[in-house]
Amino acid sequence: MSLFGEGLLEALRLLVAGDPEVWQIAWLSLQISATATLLSLLIGVPIGALLALSRFPGRALAVSLVNTGMGLPPVVVGLFVTILLWRNGALGFLELLYTPAAMIAGQLVIAAPIVTGLTLAAVQQVPEAFRLQMLGLGASRIQMIWVLLKEARLPMLAAVMAGFGGVISEVGASMMLGGNIKGSTRVLTTATVLETGKGNFDLAIALSVILLVITFLVNWALSWIQQRRRA
Amino acid sequence: MMMARSRAGLWLALALALPSSPAPALARSNVVILSTTTSTQDSGLLDVLVPMFERKTGLTVKTISVGTGQALALAARGEADVTLAHAPSVEKKYVEEGKMSNRRLVMYNDFVIIGPPADPAKIRGVPKAVEALKRIAESQSRFVSRGDKSGTHVLEHGLWKQAGVEPKGAWYIESGQGMGQTLGIANDRRAYTLTDRGTYLAFQKRVDLPILVEKDRPLLNIYSVMEVNPANGPRVNAAGGRAFAEFILAPDTQAVIKTFGVDKYGQPLFVPIAGKKDEDL
Repeated sequence: MSLFGEGLLEALRLLVAGDPEVWQIAWLSLQISATATLLSLLIGVPIGALLALSRFPGRALAVSLVNTGMGLPPVVVGLFVTILLWRNGALGFLELLYTPAAMIAGQLVIAAPIVTGLTLAAVQQVPEAFRLQMLGLGASRIQMIWVLLKEARLPMLAAVMAGFGGVISEVGASMMLGGNIKGSTRVLTTATVLETGKGNFDLAIALSVILLVITFLVNWALSWIQQRRRA
Repeated sequence: MMMARSRAGLWLALALALPSSPAPALARSNVVILSTTTSTQDSGLLDVLVPMFERKTGLTVKTISVGTGQALALAARGEADVTLAHAPSVEKKYVEEGKMSNRRLVMYNDFVIIGPPADPAKIRGVPKAVEALKRIAESQSRFVSRGDKSGTHVLEHGLWKQAGVEPKGAWYIESGQGMGQTLGIANDRRAYTLTDRGTYLAFQKRVDLPILVEKDRPLLNIYSVMEVNPANGPRVNAAGGRAFAEFILAPDTQAVIKTFGVDKYGQPLFVPIAGKKDEDL
């Protein structure tokens, strides 16, 4: 049978047999990337909304920086955050390197600009007349932003999906910040690299398939929320 | 596994609580950071030894497996507590500089030169690795190098030097990747390469390049353990590092190393040599 077929079979076997190590790795991947995505929303949504609605000198530069940040190479983020978290580094006293927390921090840096940039675009596409009308009707600024975000919820969910998709699939930062430690910081992407290096290609394919399934399920759930009121 | 899971959960909880409590540093002195080479990890040996150590001592090991060059560089910056490496010449330099101490031999296996069955450089059965490399260079036959300052790369570099060859040109391919990927590239390009026997055995199913040169003294692959000088940086866990070094040299551990791999490959992957000196080999 082809290697790919063997890998698919292995994936099925691992999932059905409920291999505890594989489940633990998959669950950890989900926990880390979901936490990072949620935190990136807390940071990215307010900043994105603010950038969309305010006018200040240097705004164009800020917007370009955010847009550049949307394409930050994970391996670069991994390197810089690792250096910060080294025992010798500026944040070394936290002793966070090689922990899930470090991986969350790295993924947050990757996801936050994506969420910020897409929020910015989402809020900006709501017609300006709508905003002025709301203010005219006596809405406070906070109320207006809240309504705008609700109005922009479809593209906002796209921001969540893009952020989550960006971090659950990255390997560079997770490898450097987590160290791929068995039982503690090994996630699906780093485990796939390891098993490929070991020559266990069927297991590597199996892990990749599990990663794809998880990503699909999460996006399917988000898309369902996004689309349900459309009908 | 349960313990590991709850530990991961704890760190996640700490991560979430991070903005309000910036001091999750408690109880980290029972963590030992081991910087080591990819070959020990890829062979699966550490998956056996590390849990043994953790059970015995109650310490937690964080294994960072990178090339030997990086493993030593991290240790020299105080980013690790103990190092298991396989590049004697580089290791000795670090010991001389005082960055590492108490270098002791742990085990060895060996390197082999593999290549295409057609053997265009005619090296099959050549007893000396250096002579074999000379022939590869003279015939400009493709050779894949790790090119990553790993222990394997350091050894290869030393052999080229002895052969009086500066390897460069279209025939000399630098993969910049681990041994496994490098074997894949060599197989694909029908090229010669230098590999440790353990990784080669692990890839036997996927690589059909036969062993052409083996059992030459310079091809010995010697692993040593070294403790990190606490002066290298803040927070070096010297006691933990020493505990791991003592553990890997202990008779019980050496007995496990002696039989490791037999069930999977029909032959052991490493020969334990605790207590021996470089000159003894």
